[in-house]
Parts: sequence; C-alpha cells; structure tokens
Amino acid sequence: MKKISLGIYRQDPSADRKGKIVKYHVPVEEGMVVLDAVRHVQENTDPTLAVRWNCKAARCGSCAAEINGVPKLMCKTRIEDIGDDITVEPMRSFTLVKDLVTDISPAWAVARSLPHFHPRQRSVHPFRIEEMDVERSQEFRKCIECMLCMDVCHVKREHNTSYVGPRYIVKAASLDMHPMDSLDRSKFLDREGGIGYCNVTKCCQAICPAHIRITENAIIPEKERAADLFYDPLMMLLKRLRKVKD
Amino acid sequence: MVSCIRVSSDVLVLGAGGGGLRAAIESQSLGAKTIVVSKSVFGKAHTVMAEGGIAASLGDVDPKDSWEVHFSDTVREGVYIGDWRSAEILSKEAPERVYELEHYGALFDRTPEGKIMQRAFGAHTYRRLCHVGDKTGLEIIQTLKDMVLHLDIEVMDEVFITKIVVSGGRAVGAIGIRMRTGEVIVFSSKAVIVATGGCGRIYKTTSNSWESTGDGIALAFNAGAELKDMEMVQFHPTGMVYPPGVKGLLVTESVRGEGGMLFNSKGERFMRRYSPKRMELDARDVVARAVYAEIMAGRGTKHGGVYLDISYKGAAFIKKKLPGMYEQFKEFAGVDITKEKMEVAPTVHYHMGGISVNPEDCRTTVEGLFAAGEVTSGLHGANRLGGNSLADILVFGRRAGVGAASYSRSREGAASDIEASAIDAEMGRIAAMFSDSDGSNPYQLVNELRDNMAGNVGIIREEKGLRAALDSINSIKERAQRVRVAGNMVYNHALFGLLELQNMLIVSECVVLGALERKESRGAHTRSDYPSKDRSWKANIVCMNDNGKIALRKDEVRPMPADLLKIVGEEVY
Ligand SMILES: Cc1cc2nc3c(=O)[nH]c(=O)nc-3n(C[C@H](O)[C@H](O)[C@H](O)COP(=O)(O)OP(=O)(O)OC[C@H]3O[C@@H](n4cnc5c(N)ncnc54)[C@H](O)[C@@H]3O)c2cc1C
Ligand code: SF4
Ligand code: SF4
Ligand code: FES
Repeated sequence: MKKISLGIYRQDPSADRKGKIVKYHVPVEEGMVVLDAVRHVQENTDPTLAVRWNCKAARCGSCAAEINGVPKLMCKTRIEDIGDDITVEPMRSFTLVKDLVTDISPAWAVARSLPHFHPRQRSVHPFRIEEMDVERSQEFRKCIECMLCMDVCHVKREHNTSYVGPRYIVKAASLDMHPMDSLDRSKFLDREGGIGYCNVTKCCQAICPAHIRITENAIIPEKERAADLFYDPLMMLLKRLRKVKD
Repeated sequence: MVSCIRVSSDVLVLGAGGGGLRAAIESQSLGAKTIVVSKSVFGKAHTVMAEGGIAASLGDVDPKDSWEVHFSDTVREGVYIGDWRSAEILSKEAPERVYELEHYGALFDRTPEGKIMQRAFGAHTYRRLCHVGDKTGLEIIQTLKDMVLHLDIEVMDEVFITKIVVSGGRAVGAIGIRMRTGEVIVFSSKAVIVATGGCGRIYKTTSNSWESTGDGIALAFNAGAELKDMEMVQFHPTGMVYPPGVKGLLVTESVRGEGGMLFNSKGERFMRRYSPKRMELDARDVVARAVYAEIMAGRGTKHGGVYLDISYKGAAFIKKKLPGMYEQFKEFAGVDITKEKMEVAPTVHYHMGGISVNPEDCRTTVEGLFAAGEVTSGLHGANRLGGNSLADILVFGRRAGVGAASYSRSREGAASDIEASAIDAEMGRIAAMFSDSDGSNPYQLVNELRDNMAGNVGIIREEKGLRAALDSINSIKERAQRVRVAGNMVYNHALFGLLELQNMLIVSECVVLGALERKESRGAHTRSDYPSKDRSWKANIVCMNDNGKIALRKDEVRPMPADLLKIVGEEVY
C-alpha cells in the first residue's frame, strides 16, 4: 500500500514550552481525506494525539486546521489532491489547547454582543416572505462556523484589534438581509465591531469551505451602509414597500 | 488528584443538539437558571447534519393536510407500538414550533405565495417537510444557538459527562470532565434533562456524527432509568458507499422526495416489485430491505450498492434543492449528480429506542430526571418517519424544559451539594483508567464492537447471529476492563473513547437482548426466523437496571382512546 509522509504539529502547553512537527508514515487508500490520515495516527500510533472532529462530512466545522499552510477542513481535503508530503498544524489565530486543537470559545462573547434578530412583526404569525427575498440571506446561513476565515484574516492574526472578524460580519449580514428584520447592524459593526480594520483583501472569501462570498456580499455592503455611501436599492425598496404593507 | 470545580443550577441540560437547546430556552425563559453542557463544540452537535426538513402539517403546500393525518401517518408507520399520546402531541404542536422557529429568525424556503415550502418524504401522506435546501439542521442549530446566547444561558461546551448523580432516588446533578483543561466539573442541579442524542456509532456503517455513541442512554440506565424499544434501529436506505472514508454518509431522502429513482445494476427500477404504489417513497424500513435484497441477490453495483438517479431533473433544480448533496458527491466522490448516478446502500441512521419518558412533561422513571430527543423512546415506535425527529426535538425539547423548570421550582432553596463520596468514587473510577504504559487503547475494541453489531444485528436478524453478538459483547466487555490509557486528562481522546466504549457496550447489549426477545418482524426489526408480524407482540420491551444487570419486561401498548382510533383505524395482521 502506498504511504505518505504526514507531519503533525504536537504540543501540550501544560508540558512543552515549544511545539514541533512530528513525522508519521501513513498508508493511504483511494478517496482518503487528511482527517482519515490523522485519525490513523491516533488509532494506531499515538492515542494521545489531540484532534477535533465530529460530522466528518464538512457540515459541522469542527476540523479546521492549516494544511500545508492553508486553512482548510481536514475532513474535506482529499490526499490525492495535495500530494504525499503533508503537514498539518492548528489554526494560528486561536489559543492552542493541545496538538491540533484550539480554543474557539471566546467567539461566543462576540456572538452575544451582536444585536439579535428583531422581527418587525412581533405577534402575528405566520410570516409571508417571497422566495426571492430569502435567497440573499440564505447564502450567509450556509456558514458552518469553522472559523477558517478568522484564521486566515491578517487583521485577526497579526493585530490585536477589536475587529469582530469575517465570521461575524457574515452573521450580521445574515440578519440584516433577513426580510423580516428591522435593524441595521452596519453602525454596530463600524463602531464596536471594528469593520474599518478590514482592508478587503478577500483572503477569507478565497478559503471559505461553504463558498460564501464573504468580502463581496457581506463585508463590502456592510461597510458601505455604515458609511452611508451606499443604498442597496433592492433592499431599500423592499423595506419601504413592506412598511406600506404593515 | 485532579482539581474539581463545582457549579450549580436549577436545570442542567446534557446535550446541545436541537433537543437540548430548545429545552434550555424554555427553562431559562421560565425563570430557572439553566446550564447547557455538550461534549462537542457549541453549535456542532449532530443535529447540524439534518438535511431533509421538519415535519409539520402546516398545509402550506397541500391544504388538505392536518394534525390528524400527520398523527395517523406516525402511528401507522411506527407499526402501532409507538405511544399514541406522544404522536398526538407531536402532530398537534409541530406547526407552532415551526412558526416559533421563524420568529426566532430561521429562514425556510418559500412557496410562490410566500408561505413555508414543504416537500414530500417517505410515507408522509402529504408534502409536509419544511426545509432550508438540504441544510435544515444547520439552520435550526444556528437559530437556537442565537437564542441561547441572547437569553444569557450558560453554555459549557466540550464537557464530557461521565455520570448522572442520584441521591435518595432523585437525580441531583452530574459529573463531567472539561476536555480543554482536564478539570473535573461537579454539577449540582435541581433537575437534569438528558438530550444526548442517538447511538448510530455502535454500528460500523452509519450516517451519524462521531459523538453519537449513546452516552445518555447508558448514563440514564446507570442512574436507574428504564429504557424501551432498544431493538428498534433504523437503517436509512441510502448512504454513500464509495470512497471508503465516507461509507455510510447520508444521501438525504429529499433526493427521492424531489424525484430521485432507484435502479439495480441491471437498470431495473426495482421498487416496482417491492412497493408498486409508493415506489421510492415508501417507509424507510421497506425501501432499506428492498435495497439490501437487491444487493444480496447479486444485482448490486461494483462497490456494493444500487444506483440512485436524479440527474434528469437538470442542474439548476438540483443545485437549488439539493446543494449539500451536489457538493458532497462532487467533493468526496468526484461524482457530478447533475449528470451521473449515485451509488447508495443502507446505513444506520436513527434509534427509535431509548429512555422511557412520559410525553406530558418528559419525565423519566427517575425523579428529577427528564429526557428529550433521539435519546428517548415512545414516539416513533418501530419506525421513524423522516422529518419527525426534528419535530420531536423541538416539541419535546420544549416540554422537557417546562417539566424540568416546574419540577425545579417545586424544590425549595438552592440545589443541594453533591456528596463527596459520590465525587470521590467517580474520580477514582476515571483515575483507574490511566497507566504509564503506552500503546494500549480502546479503538481496537470499539471497532470490534461496531463490526459485530453490523455483522450480527443488521437489517435482517436471526437467533444464531444475535447469540453470537451477545457472546462478542461479553468478551469485549471483559477485555475493556483491562484497557488503560496513556497521557493526561487534557483533550485525551483515548480516555473519552474508553468512556464511550463502556456506554456503547451497555447500549449494544440492550439492542441485542431486545432483538432476541422480540420473536416477530415489525417495522425496522426483521427476524428471518420469525418473518411475520405477531399480534402478541403489540408490546414494548422495557430494559430495567437490576443491580447493574439488564432485566427485560414486556409491556402491552396502552390502548388508544376511541376518537383517536377512529382517525388511524385498527392494526391489520
Ligand atoms: C445525516 C442525517 C440527516 C438527518 N436528517 C433529518 C431530517 O431531515 N429530519 C429529521 O427530522 N431528522 C433528521 N435526522 C435525525 C435528526 O437529525 C436527529 O435525530 C436529531 O438531530 C437528534 O437531536 P438531539 O437533540 O436529540 O441530539 P443531538 O443533536 O445528537 O445532540 C446530542 C448532544 O448531546 C451531547 N452529548 C452526547 N453525549 C454527551 C456526554 N457524554 N457528555 C456531554 N454531552 C454529550 C452532544 O455533544 C450533543 O451536543 C438526520 C440525521 C442524520 C444523521
Ligand atoms: S464564513 Fe465560511 S470560513 Fe467563515 S466560519 Fe463561516 S463557513 Fe467558515
Ligand atoms: S477581506 Fe477583510 S476580513 Fe477578509 S481576510 Fe481580508 S481583511 Fe480579513
Ligand atoms: S468534522 Fe465536521 S466539518 Fe470536518
């Protein structure tokens, strides 16, 4: 059976001051993904290897890592697509727990601070919404919260700023584009959210495993609305029409 | 010894899937201080994988639909051993829960009139499943998660619960390990809700997340709670078969709901022979057995499946209605389903059995202990309809929240402290799992168990195989006692793997004992040595904890009131 060389970042911060890449040789079969190779090491060579996964179907966003330096999902990256010399490291924007596992829980505080869905119509249900209107918000709802965009973003990586990061701009956009929502979160993103730090490099958009056009469809419109530079004509029209209807 | 942290709440929810989150929202809203615990990261519970939709008789697409028809579909397809009251509550309350979800911010696909879009699913009389493409579970989890965060409910994720603590016959809390730090956490709570989901991982080929190891069933059993219908394991007819790394991964029933057809390797649309009227959209047990039979008869594909084809619907339709499936096949298998056929075979998908609960407030047989979601039993009987589980977790998640909050109110003062002896015993049990010796790990036994269940307790069962399964379980159980793990408590997957193995063994044993006991074929349970349905088995098999041993009891299904019976009609034999 063919074998690949798999380097895995190993560090237990409670014991090791520094981490190191340890090389393993792993047999591969057709269709195997990086997570399979890492799990092979865990099951057969070193069960203390820490790695996080759950769905193994690119749906839960647990298995984010840097594969040959690129932020990716381990369960979705096929070995035959990236060759037989592979290095896997943890996401660098988050605090290390152990080996490949980082702590993403500080993000929940950001999520709590973002103004919640605020429907215009409080008590009367059900809603009547056109299919055309849900599609724009639904793009952002494909987010699996893998945090890869937060990892790749140089603002989050290099500067310790108050920037909420691309994941939470996507979240805000999913609510702002909700046809029944009555708030505009762009001002919040501008003042508390630090959206001004983003210089639209589109790196986040390039790696998003859910194929969300983060920069073009979420960040830029939010930035423009915050600066009052831009009126989304469709959204404005819809909001006005609906006010008449209500 | 490791340090231990104490926390206290009115209601402690074990599990952050749809069931746990909906329960927490309710109990916190009712004024009970609520904590939610999960072993996976917050927002990544198994529920995110749900695809097809949530069943509710809104009648937005088919105006003739009503709770009565939903009720009748649920009872009939559960082959009359489901609890009628659970089915009645589900079908009456599901629409409210769906509208409520919309008001929480969920955004469903729409009909041309702007109502909620509903799709056809196996054995539902009408088009009934409200959906968001094929990512309904993700939308539900994200929506509930936002609610939980904005209600300031305390969330402790990546905490692995190892024990439910019972004192004086009452559940008074739980003990767990915080995976990221290795600390032991002791929870005292006036009420505990188990919402830990299913156990698909006891089988080799499954659509379930890796966390679905049946922990809650074992935790509740160890706490003295009764279990029911444990033999009822649902095989979904269509899981992926190739490549090996994704074997078992679900191919949603929506593919068939949207018009997908099944063919064998001879190009024959074989469902014509098995179910001429309902074809691909018959109940899951029927379609799964048909697919299995075709493969067994040598009419399978190269990789041991059958073909599922939706390509005739065209790329635009498929990408809108089944975006997840399109990506899943393209990325994992290199197959373009807008042009090519899929290869599929049955995969373990859902567990109808689990903890016995009273449907009114979801209380279990242990005082202070409640349960909701896939971890419970009763609603689905011998077969679950697609879409009924998402309805289940919202309807009964909410009811468990109400039940636990009102129970906690009835207990004055703060939650009582967990006794030191209970903590010491549990910490001692875990400490004993460690040793310095490297190399030994639980994975080999876990894999052996999963192979055993797949080989001996599959779609078609018989006495000999079931006996062999029991022998194998006993042998693994014995060897599991000698497994030791290396390293420390921090994110030590081998440790959690060993704890899960112990849970999986309890669950597996109950499944096999129930399957041996039920000498008939009904719903998902098929015995080649007892191929027909038997009137004397219109009953539930209950598993009780008799000093750590599993004891069985046969309970007649409680009779349905006349008005409900009129809706469903008598069972035919
Ligand atoms: C691929 C797939 C598609 C599906 N599609 C549909 C569908 O379209 N419609 C439908 O109705 N149903 C569907 N189902 C079924 C449905 O998704 C599940 O039955 C349902 O989501 C279960 O929810 P739950 O809240 O009971 O548990 P889960 O979502 O399984 O959550 C369990 C929670 O408990 C936690 N937990 C478990 N053990 C422990 C422990 N020891 N300590 C601490 N925490 C623990 C977990 O971390 C998790 O947070 C599908 C299932 C699969 C696999
Ligand atoms: S926006 Fe994309 S990259 Fe960012 S968290 Fe969501 S899915 Fe991941
Ligand atoms: S576009 Fe903005 S958010 Fe995205 S990576 Fe660049 S700086 Fe970061
Ligand atoms: S394990 Fe869920 S996304 Fe990879």
